[in-house]
Amino acid sequence: MNPSYSVIFFTTASGTGYGLLALLGVFATAGWLPADPWLGIVGIGAALALVTAGLLSSTFHLGHPERAWRGLTQWRSSWLSREGVVAVATYVPAGLFGIGWVFLGDTGGFWAACGLAATALAALTVGCTAMIYASLKPIPRWSNIWVLPVYLLMALAGGGVAATLLFAAFGSGPHWTGWLAAGALVAAWAAKFGYWGSIDGAAPRSTAESATGLGGIGKVRLFEPPHTGTNYLLQEMGFRVARKHAQKLRRLALLSGGAVPAALCAITAISEPGWPGTLAAVLAATSFGVGIVVERWLFFAEAEHVVMLYYGAEAA
Amino acid sequence: MTSLPANPSDTKLGLVIDLDICVGCHACAVHCKEWNDGGHSAPLTDHDPYGSDPWGVWFNRVHTFEAGEGADSRTVHFPRSCLHCDEPACVTVCPTGASYKRAEDGIVLVNADACIGCKLCSWACPYGAREYDDVDGVMKKCTMCVDRIYNDNLAEADRVPVCVSTCPANARHFGDLGDPSSEVSQLVAARGGYELMPEMGYAPVNRYLPPRPRKVSAGDTGAAAALTPVDHSGDVGVPEIGTGSRLLDWVDRMLSR
Repeated sequence: MNPSYSVIFFTTASGTGYGLLALLGVFATAGWLPADPWLGIVGIGAALALVTAGLLSSTFHLGHPERAWRGLTQWRSSWLSREGVVAVATYVPAGLFGIGWVFLGDTGGFWAACGLAATALAALTVGCTAMIYASLKPIPRWSNIWVLPVYLLMALAGGGVAATLLFAAFGSGPHWTGWLAAGALVAAWAAKFGYWGSIDGAAPRSTAESATGLGGIGKVRLFEPPHTGTNYLLQEMGFRVARKHAQKLRRLALLSGGAVPAALCAITAISEPGWPGTLAAVLAATSFGVGIVVERWLFFAEAEHVVMLYYGAEAA
Repeated sequence: MTSLPANPSDTKLGLVIDLDICVGCHACAVHCKEWNDGGHSAPLTDHDPYGSDPWGVWFNRVHTFEAGEGADSRTVHFPRSCLHCDEPACVTVCPTGASYKRAEDGIVLVNADACIGCKLCSWACPYGAREYDDVDGVMKKCTMCVDRIYNDNLAEADRVPVCVSTCPANARHFGDLGDPSSEVSQLVAARGGYELMPEMGYAPVNRYLPPRPRKVSAGDTGAAAALTPVDHSGDVGVPEIGTGSRLLDWVDRMLSR
């Protein structure tokens, strides 16, 4: 599948934003969140800015962005519509949570409950995003049971890294957030390894024989494509990444999006409050940002669509 | 509403494509393009139409496959278009309600006025039936010539999809595949018509008729059942012929690399 940069930015930025929002809601409920309004402005502000930038970016690839509101109507059948509805709904408790924290200096009681509601809706939104992909049977590498846990855990890990940076920069909040981030990163990449193992070992779901129904005659191969030039299908679904490059990029993603930020977050957790820990957290966030984009790019680039069976692919 | 119709009628309008007699002339694809460029989903935008690298929106594409090996292999021309599935995920994934399956006849259509151009439906289709028009910013697809088949202004014989009426080999048939007594249903039953990629679970309505088994006997023509391969063992081979010019020979070698 052609990796569309607006969608990669959307899923990574909003995923991280929802992860941060979810963690802040849980921390408020547990009473671990300092009621410092400046921390609130930057914390809720960063979470909602990431979410909003991602959501806006996702409308850039639409043919008719001005009709995007119509996408909220078919939640009964469509995961994309559900994602839109839940994403919009998340702003309500998240906004209230932010008002309590920033303007009233209160992160407990009702405002904490709003935070917890935002946590639940943030998780639901990321879950809906994952289900958009996981429900697409024609793309076997997406309709895989690991897709949902990977999306949820990557969002949690991104939120953990962001929270580590936030608390380190303010010198407040639970000092062990770095350990939480490191743990979430390990869990997320363990799930990603499960995903890679699953897609690498999977038997093809469809073949050129089942796509044409000509398998009874023998092995099927494309003799002549229907058109000499390109078309929408080849541009959108014909994208392939060389296996050699995919393996290198997987290692890069793991290193930059997993190992390096996990180590740096652990350094932040064991450092005394001060600039070294904050610097480690800044580097962790930067490294994670690169790694998660590579991970998400690969998620698209490695996915093969069964329609390519009509264009010369043997199995998908 | 992108949920599937709750109470669909038994009518399932669809195409039956006979792979035994399709000659791969692409007339169905071209006439489809011509009709639909002025029909329900018009225009079918082209890029660089008179240039060196033209491409654009088509609803019908004719692929050619080879199956089998050696003397037993077959070349099969394979028209591909929307199969108007009974379980069309392209419809249910649509977030806006633009994609829908008609309750009365099962035709899958796009309401271009409601489409936001998110392309998710094209990802959800295993058969490549949907092509995005990046000039209109909406998704387009085969309409089963819905603007012909119910059109009282046309002679009754012409109220079929153009791909069917234009086929010079009579390889395409149109009818109600939900009615077991219809001509198309009986054709499917008689010829062992099948659906594409049944493992996807989309329950396509269109059916493909397989190529008939090859005749192995030569009948009573007196011809041999198979030709005897020419014996090349005594060939002396073709002598190396130069052009007489060392420069041209060098150019020939360079170009032959």
